[in-house]
Amino acid sequence: MKRSFMTTTAAGALALASLASAAQAETLTLCWAAWDPANALIELSKDFEAQSGHTMRFEFVPWTSFADRMLNELNSGGQLCDLMIGDSQWIGGGAENGHYVKLNDFFDANGISMNDFIPATVTGYSEWPKNTPNYWALPAFGDVVGWTYRKDWFERPELQAEFQETYGRALDVPATLEELKDIAQFFQGRDIDGTTVYGAAIYTERGSEGITMGVTNALYNYGFQYENPDQPYDLEGFVNSAGAVAGLEFYKELYDTATPPGSSNWYMGENIDAFRSGQVAMQMNFAFIWPGVEADENVGGGRAGYFPNPAGPAGQFAQLGGQGISVVAYSSKQNAALEYIQWFAQPEVQAKWWELGGYSALRAVVEDPGFATSQPYAQTFLDSMAIVKDFWAEPAYADLLLAMQNRVHNYAVAGQGTAQEALDGLVADWTEIFEDEGKL
Amino acid sequence: MSFSVTEPRMGTKWLAGILVVGYAIITMVPLLWIIATGFKSPNDSIAYPPVILFEPTMEGYVNLFTDRTRATPQMLKDAGPPETWYDEIAQNRGTVITGPSRYGERFLNSVIIGFGSTALCMILGTAAAYAFSRFRVPLKDDLMFFILSTRMMPPIAVAIPIFLMFRNLGLSDTHLGMILLYTAVNLSLSVWLLKGFIDEIPVEYEEAALIDGYTRFQAFYKIVLPQAATGIASTAIFCLIFAWNEYAFAVLLTSGNAQTAPPFIPTIIGTSGKDWPAVAAGATIFLIPVMVFTILLRKHLLRGITFGAVRK
Amino acid sequence: MTISPIDRAAAGTPHGVARRIRGLSDRTIAWIFVAPTIFLLLAVNIFPLIWTIRLSFTDYRVNRPNNEVSWVGLRNYERILSDPAIWDTMQATAHFLIWTIILQVLIGFTLAYLINMKFKGNDLWTTIIVFPMMLSPAVVGNFWTFLYQPQIGLFNYVVAFFTGADAASFSMIGDVHLAPWAIIIVDTWMWTPFVMLICLAGLRSIPDSIYEAAECDRASKWRQFWTITVPMALPFLMLAVLFRGIENFKMFDLVVQLTGGGPGNTTTLTSIDLKREAFERWRTGYSSAYAVILFVTVFGLASIYVKALNKVKQR
Repeated sequence: MKRSFMTTTAAGALALASLASAAQAETLTLCWAAWDPANALIELSKDFEAQSGHTMRFEFVPWTSFADRMLNELNSGGQLCDLMIGDSQWIGGGAENGHYVKLNDFFDANGISMNDFIPATVTGYSEWPKNTPNYWALPAFGDVVGWTYRKDWFERPELQAEFQETYGRALDVPATLEELKDIAQFFQGRDIDGTTVYGAAIYTERGSEGITMGVTNALYNYGFQYENPDQPYDLEGFVNSAGAVAGLEFYKELYDTATPPGSSNWYMGENIDAFRSGQVAMQMNFAFIWPGVEADENVGGGRAGYFPNPAGPAGQFAQLGGQGISVVAYSSKQNAALEYIQWFAQPEVQAKWWELGGYSALRAVVEDPGFATSQPYAQTFLDSMAIVKDFWAEPAYADLLLAMQNRVHNYAVAGQGTAQEALDGLVADWTEIFEDEGKL
Repeated sequence: MSFSVTEPRMGTKWLAGILVVGYAIITMVPLLWIIATGFKSPNDSIAYPPVILFEPTMEGYVNLFTDRTRATPQMLKDAGPPETWYDEIAQNRGTVITGPSRYGERFLNSVIIGFGSTALCMILGTAAAYAFSRFRVPLKDDLMFFILSTRMMPPIAVAIPIFLMFRNLGLSDTHLGMILLYTAVNLSLSVWLLKGFIDEIPVEYEEAALIDGYTRFQAFYKIVLPQAATGIASTAIFCLIFAWNEYAFAVLLTSGNAQTAPPFIPTIIGTSGKDWPAVAAGATIFLIPVMVFTILLRKHLLRGITFGAVRK
Repeated sequence: MTISPIDRAAAGTPHGVARRIRGLSDRTIAWIFVAPTIFLLLAVNIFPLIWTIRLSFTDYRVNRPNNEVSWVGLRNYERILSDPAIWDTMQATAHFLIWTIILQVLIGFTLAYLINMKFKGNDLWTTIIVFPMMLSPAVVGNFWTFLYQPQIGLFNYVVAFFTGADAASFSMIGDVHLAPWAIIIVDTWMWTPFVMLICLAGLRSIPDSIYEAAECDRASKWRQFWTITVPMALPFLMLAVLFRGIENFKMFDLVVQLTGGGPGNTTTLTSIDLKREAFERWRTGYSSAYAVILFVTVFGLASIYVKALNKVKQR
């Protein structure tokens, strides 16, 4: 492994001189989730095929089974994927279990600097252990949870007047989560143009990661912390702090009083459907959907607006999404795979990536003076990326996630027990997992 | 027609007919809704409240068979005016077609694996059922129960060892591997059903043939097989329905090469969110082969199961 | 019809000799016929099962190739059997199993009984009724989430139309109390035709002569139904119950697509729970023990049941 990696790096350095001079044309398979940005990547990659002579194949798996399917592939040493755009939380397992090729030498040899990328994405998608310069991926797609709202509804004079009267302030983008809840409750059950509409579509999905990706947006801002900042894996009093309990209660109240009935198992797709069909005034969703919202014939073209996750009593944070692109250690075509990453990292390719609807994490792209106004959602994306926090990226992240899905869904959606009990239970679950891992 | 005491009265028949037709219509509603959704536009498909009357479009089918990407104005300009009706549908949505989708491949995989495993299952199952029916196989009852018991394992329970085993044997994500796997899962049902059918065929025919100088193979091939055709056909339907629609193994054991359509269909996404019309179109097309197969064999399905289900 | 070389050879060879030379003994043929089936089942079912049993005594994890695997004896089994959460999933499974069987047998048998009245066009309508079971359960589950959605789903609007209740006032898969019934409704919709077919087979196997004899004895239709129809069709019914029982004990695809096991854990059936342990948490040893427990349970129940079935058949 080591030796082949050395030759890989050397080949990568050579490839810099001329991408077209690749020794041999390969067929590379890139694995990612099946979603809108993936279609854009196919289009983008045509340039790589033309320049390098390699052929690209794509294997896209839907989000709800993406982790199962791909981790299954990696854990069994499969050679299906040469390139993996794996979820941010996999990075620990990918590094510690040897699934991913370490990219430091390759970056150095080819003049790719992690300083050129948005810092949050480097920490979130590339580093393991976190906050150390050990890179296992190149930030490929920046993503973060934010909110989409019906600007056209917010701007109706009669609604504005009524809102002003009820809440004593203007109906506008909420500055705090508390305000967001007011607005959502204001719209809940309201008759707009003859149909009953609801407040907000939020993440509640049970089976994979949905409700966790949603509830954290409330938890962080009310004071939840994953661990004691001074003592790793010390959970008691941080995961189940008074603030965390308040955050979880907030999420349940939002679910109970301001979401469409039956939205008990909703994730990205269902929220988009609800928003596009005019059921809700606001939706929580990852930023990747915004280009699609803008283009939609029902709600696009200026009828929708965007805002970052509002602040809570303990600050303003947003759940990080997004992925980095890694080379799979079991691939026999690592040279060509590295060539792809090298091509992908180029500023002009990244600029085109953004143009096609892919959220580039390259600072040259997002710090361009024209960026913030290039799309209606561009500024919101930048603001959101500045406040991100991510879930555990430990090798045991799947265990940790399952426990959280279970505890949170049981309380917030199924209505069993109290928020304090749910989070106490989560501390117990997580402690047991870290003990099994030998970290405690 | 002679009077029969067992024939129900006309009024009773009418009532029975009305009840059954009523049930059939209710049970068809979800199915018709799926088929109708395939012809809706994406926004009609998620209309709030739902719409029954809509302007039909082929967009779902176009989206099912193509990959598209959202086009920048420059790309639309480069692409020029649409050359075909499906290009036009895509461009009306501000997208350009980038190539065919994987649905065709997945569908073909389903055909190869579904029909391949059904054929293999019928060959092995008929032979084994014949042996169990006609010969004194040691521990016959235990073996029969053993065969049935293999169907009791939840697929998830054996998926890990099978996954590791397939990888070692190079069968992982191959058509052959999936054919063998589905054959094994279906064998229990087919041996049990087919043994029932073959038990019904009088032994005397074969004995006569053997006396005429036929070998056992010939007697099996020329006497028993034609008589068991009905049973084989109806058993084949059940095996095909299972192999055609199987999901748990397919989602865990296949990916790029041999993935069948069931894990693929629910995952079809459009330019924003799930593309329900394309999902519905995929489900509709996927239903057709097994539907045709069943309609062609429906006489056997009803007649067949009469003999095959349980020995009298 | 053409005459094959074998036929010609057969015709030209004395009988006894032919059987000795070309004809294999019955015993050999029996083995040739049975062996491929047994071999395939051993390779694809039994070998993995033994492997699973072996793994169930270890702390092996597929996703930790670097960890040393050690024997843990019965610890996995102890942990599972003392975990209250597992009993909850067992209860959810039992609820699902019992109600789907009751509903499918009742509706399936009634339909078969009505169809067996042989009204005009019964063949056509039987074929139509059979269509739902030809769909892929994964696709069905996926689509029913759509039909069950209070705002845009057909199911709620149909219920609203007939009951006058507001369509958005209830949620089949979001409500803790309704969700277990939501999965039962879909499974019943899909698989009642299967039970119906087997019942129809049973009803058609009853000779008319028995009814004619009963009619001579002036037995009422009601009495005929309970003394002839039900007992004669019982073995078929029991077989249908056996097949549906085994299938629904393993139920995975439909429910996973429909509810994902939620809300909370109300529809987390054992297979879904097992999949989480095996393919999401990757606790291979633990989930192997889980699988063995499930297999022993279903195997035990089925063998008792098959014994009962054989008794009924022999009556």
